[in-house]
Amino acid sequence: MRVSTIFAAAVSIVIAAAAAGTAQAQAPVKIGFVGVLSGPQALLGQDQYNGFMLFVEHNGGKLGGVPVEILKEDSQLKPELAVQIVQKLIEKEQVPIITGVTFSNEMMAIQKPVTEKGVFLIGSNAGPSPIAGPLCSPYQFITSFQLDSMAEGFGLFANDKGYKRVYLMAPNYQAGKDFLAGFKRTYKGEIVDEVYTAMEQPDYLAELTQVAAAAPDAVFVFYPGAMGINFVRQYNQLGLIKKIPLLSQGAVDGSTLGALQDAALGVYNGAVWGPDLDNAANRQFVDEFEKKYHRIPTMFAAQSYDAAQLISSAIAKVKGNVSDKPAFMAALAAADFPSVRGDFKFANNHFPIQNIYVQQVAKDAKGRVSLETVATPLKNYRDTYAARCKSN
Amino acid sequence: MTTALVIAQLVNGVQFGVLLFLMSAGLTLVLGIMNCINLMHGSLYMMGAYLAAAAYGQTHSFLIAAAAGVLGTMMVGVVVERLVMSRLYSRSHLDQVLATFGLILFFNEVVRIVWGPAALSMEMPRLFAQPIDLVGLPYPPYRFAVLGVGVLVAGALYLLIHKTRTGIVIRAASANPAMTRSLGVNVKLLNMLVFGLGAALAGLAGVMASPIVAIQSGMGEPILILTLVIIVTGGIGSVRGAFYGALIVGVVDTVGRTFLPMLLRQLLEHSYAQAVSATITSMSIYVLMAIVLAVRPQGLFR
Amino acid sequence: MTISLHLNEQERTAAATGRAARLGRMQPRHAAALVLFAALAAVPFIATFAGGPYLVTIASRIVIMALAAIGLNLVLGYGGLVSFGHALYIGLGAYAVGIATQHGLDNGLAHIAIALGAGGLLALVLGAISLRTSGMAFIMITLAFAQMAYVSAVSLRGYGGEDGLQIAGSSRFGPFDLSNATVLYYVAFVLLAAVALLTSRLVVSRFGMVLRATKFNEQRMVALGFKTFRFKLIAYVISAMICVIAGILQANLTHFVSPAYMQWTVSGELIVMVVLGGMATVIGPIVGAVVLLLIEDQLSGIDLGLPGGADAFVSAHWLAFLGLFIVATALVMKRGLYGTLVGEGDKL
Repeated sequence: MRVSTIFAAAVSIVIAAAAAGTAQAQAPVKIGFVGVLSGPQALLGQDQYNGFMLFVEHNGGKLGGVPVEILKEDSQLKPELAVQIVQKLIEKEQVPIITGVTFSNEMMAIQKPVTEKGVFLIGSNAGPSPIAGPLCSPYQFITSFQLDSMAEGFGLFANDKGYKRVYLMAPNYQAGKDFLAGFKRTYKGEIVDEVYTAMEQPDYLAELTQVAAAAPDAVFVFYPGAMGINFVRQYNQLGLIKKIPLLSQGAVDGSTLGALQDAALGVYNGAVWGPDLDNAANRQFVDEFEKKYHRIPTMFAAQSYDAAQLISSAIAKVKGNVSDKPAFMAALAAADFPSVRGDFKFANNHFPIQNIYVQQVAKDAKGRVSLETVATPLKNYRDTYAARCKSN
Repeated sequence: MTTALVIAQLVNGVQFGVLLFLMSAGLTLVLGIMNCINLMHGSLYMMGAYLAAAAYGQTHSFLIAAAAGVLGTMMVGVVVERLVMSRLYSRSHLDQVLATFGLILFFNEVVRIVWGPAALSMEMPRLFAQPIDLVGLPYPPYRFAVLGVGVLVAGALYLLIHKTRTGIVIRAASANPAMTRSLGVNVKLLNMLVFGLGAALAGLAGVMASPIVAIQSGMGEPILILTLVIIVTGGIGSVRGAFYGALIVGVVDTVGRTFLPMLLRQLLEHSYAQAVSATITSMSIYVLMAIVLAVRPQGLFR
Repeated sequence: MTISLHLNEQERTAAATGRAARLGRMQPRHAAALVLFAALAAVPFIATFAGGPYLVTIASRIVIMALAAIGLNLVLGYGGLVSFGHALYIGLGAYAVGIATQHGLDNGLAHIAIALGAGGLLALVLGAISLRTSGMAFIMITLAFAQMAYVSAVSLRGYGGEDGLQIAGSSRFGPFDLSNATVLYYVAFVLLAAVALLTSRLVVSRFGMVLRATKFNEQRMVALGFKTFRFKLIAYVISAMICVIAGILQANLTHFVSPAYMQWTVSGELIVMVVLGGMATVIGPIVGAVVLLLIEDQLSGIDLGLPGGADAFVSAHWLAFLGLFIVATALVMKRGLYGTLVGEGDKL
C-alpha cells in the first residue's frame, strides 16, 4: 500500500473519532435505570422510577441543563439478569451512569461489573454493607442509607426513652442478624430475648404470645415488606401497641402504610427522610408528588428524587462533559444539591452522612396515616462500615 | 416457661393448623377426586382475600365481604375450570403442572392490574376487635372464630362426603369415572361442582386469613407449599388426612418455633441457638414429610 | 439477538442446500439441529463484528439454561418424572464455586469435584425419598424440597444469604480460566453439545430404553423383573448433576451467586423450556430455552409503538402475558416446537 493511502486512512480515522467524540457531547446523556419493575415487589422499583422522573420532567427532560434519555430496564428480581442488563446498557448504549437498583442482591451482583468499567453507579435504594465497607468503589454513590445505621439510632433512642428491657426479633437471614447486631452496639439495657423467625412467615401469633408473656419495655424488630404488614397487624390484634412500644424497621414505611392504616398508629420507624421534614426542597417534592400521584411519597421516591438532583448538579458542574470521569466523580462527591433531607454530604465510601430520625406513625394534617418525625438520635452520622472502605 | 404459655401455644398451634386445613381440604378433594394437580390453589386463596378486602372497602360489613370472597372465588374457580382445567383432566400431570403454573403467574399479575401493586388492608370484624384474656395472656378472639369455622367446615365436609348422595357420587366418580358416567351421572357437571367447592374452600381460607395477613400479589405461594406438604403427609384425596395432617403441621411448627429455642439454649450459645433453632424449625415440616414418606409413601391416612 | 437471527436465515439456506447436497437427503429435524448449533457456535463472531460482547453474555445465559433444561429433560421427558425442584441443583453448583472461591480455592477441577460430589449426594438422598412416591406426590415433594433448600440458602451465615455472594475469582483450569467471556461461552457450548450427544446415546442404551419403557408402563417393567426404582433414581441423579454443571457455569458467568438462582419460579421456567421445545427429544429443550428466554426479554421491554399505551401496559404486566403463553403451551403444544418437527413417534 502507498504511504499516502495509509496516511489518508489514518487522518480519516482520527477525524471520525474526534467527530464521534464531539457528537457524543451534544447528544442526550443516556442514563440506565435498573430496578424491580414487575412482580409482587414492583411497588418499590416503580416508586424509585417515579421519584427520579418527577425531577427529570420538572426540568423539562434535562438534568444539569443537558437533555437526558432514561433507559428503563426491569431486572425481574433476578440478579443474574441484572448483570446481563447492565452489560448491555454499558456496551450497547454506552451509558455513563446507571441508577436505581432496588434490592440488595441485585446491587451485590452488578456493583462490580458496573464500577470496574468506570461507569457511575448512583444507587437509590439498596445499600448492602459489603459495598459500604471492604468492597466499596469510588464509582458508586448511594443516595439511600446503610441499614445498620437505623438500628444504631434506635439503640440510642431506646436508651433515651429509658427502655431497660428490650425484646428483639428479625427474620432468619443475614440482613436481619446484622440489623439486630447494630442495635446491640448502641443499646445499653438488657436484651430479654433475640428471636429469629422464618422468611415469609405469615403468622407471628406464637412469637407474640412469648413477647406478651415476657413483658419487655419495648420490642425492636426488622421486618420488611409483607412480613412487616403481617407482624404489625398481629401485634395490634393482641392489643400490644399501646402496652409495649414497637420499634420497627421496614414494617411501616410508605409501601406498607396503605395496607396497615390505623392499625399501625403509634409504631416507631427508623428513617433518613420523612414527608414532614421542613425544608424547601422537600416541600416542593412532596407537593409535586402528591399532585401527580395522589398519595404521600415513599422514601424510595424521595431517595431517587435526590439521586436525580445529585446527577443534575454534577452534570451542571462538568458542563455536560460526563466523559471526563475524574471531574464528574469530584462533582458527584461534592453533593452540591438541595436534598429533600436538608444537609447532604458523602462519606469516604460515598454513602450519605446524614441525620438518622425516629418516626412514629400518626395522622397528618390532612388526616391521612403518615410518618411523623419524633427524634433525631444521630446527627450527621457516618455509617459504621465506612471505616472499612479503604480504596476510596 | 409457664403452664399458661404452653396452653396458649397449643391453642396457637391448633388454630394455625385449622387455617391450613381450610386450604388443604379444598386441594386434596380436587387432587384426589379429579386426579388433577392444581398449583393455582394458592391463587384462589389470594382471590378470596382480595375480593373480601375489596367488598369490605365498599360496604364495611365483614359478612358481606366474606360472602363476596367465598362466592366470588367459587365463580373464578368455575370459570377457570371450564376454560382450562376441564381440558387437563385427561392430560398428563406435567401438562397440569405447566398450565396451573402459568395461571399462577397470570393471577399474580391480574390482582396487580386490578388493585394496584400496594397491599390491601382488611379490618378485623368489630365483634373480635378487642383482645381477650386467655390464661393470663392477651389473645385475639378472632383466632377462635377461625378455629370454629374450620371445625364447622370439617364437620360439613364429613357429612357431605359420607352421609349424602352427592358424596357417594363424588366418591364413585373418583374411584371409577367411566362406570359412574355410564350409570347416568353427569361427570362433567360433577367435576365443575367439586372444583368449585375446592375453590370456595380456598376462598374461605383467604377470607378468614385476610384480617391477619398482608393481602398482596404472591401471597398464595408460601401457603401453597405448606398445603402441598400437608396433603402429601396426610394422604392425597383424604379429607381426614388433610385435617390431621394440618393439625400436626400447625402444632409441630408452632411448638418448634417457640420451645425449640429454649431447649437448644441449654446446649448452645444464645444467639447461635436462636439461629439454629429457626433453621431447624423451618425445615421441621419437610423433615416430618420425608419421614412419613419413608415409612408410608401413600401418606398417613390413605 | 435480532442480528443473529437475520444471519441465521442465510445460514439456514446455506446449511440446508450445502449439507443436503453433500450428505444426500437429510431429515429436516437433523438439519434444524445442525443449524441451531451452527448459529450458537457463531455467536462470538457475530458479537465481535456486529454487536458487542454483551451478546455473548446473553447467549451464555441461554446456553447455560439450555444445558439445565436438557438435564431436566432426562427425567421429565424420558423418565416421565415431573420434578419441580431442579433449580435447586443449579443453585448448588453456583454456591459450590462461590463458597470455594471465598475460601481461596479457585481450582476449576476442585470446583467441579465439590459441586458434583455434594450435588450427587444430595440428589441421591432427595431422589431416594421423593421416588418412593409417584405422580402428584412426587411433583409436590420435589417442590417442597427445593423450597427447603432455598430457605436454607437464605439463612446461610457468612455466605451472603439473601443478598448473595460476589465471587472474586473464576474456576481455573491450569493455564486458562473461565473469566474470559468467550472462553466461558465456548466451554458452555461444548458442554451443551457433549451433554446433548451423551443424552442421545443414553436414551437408546439399555438404561435409556428401560427408563423410557418405565415412563409408559411401569407395572409392566416391574413384572418383567426390572428394579425400576433404581433406574429412575440413577436418571434423577444424572439429571441433577447436569444442572449442577450449569450452576458452575452460571456462577462463572455472573461472578455472583444468590438463593434467587434456586427460586421455584426458575424450576417452573425449566419445565416450560422442556415442554415448549419438545419433551423426549434431545434438541427440544435447547429450542425451548432459546425461545422462552427471548420471549421474556422481548415482552418485558416491548417497544413496538403499539397504540394507546399498549406498549407500556404489556411491558409493565408482561408476567400476565407470559402466564397466558405458558397456559397455551400446556394446552396446545402437545409435542413442542422441535417435537413437531420430529413428528410422530418417540424419535430423537
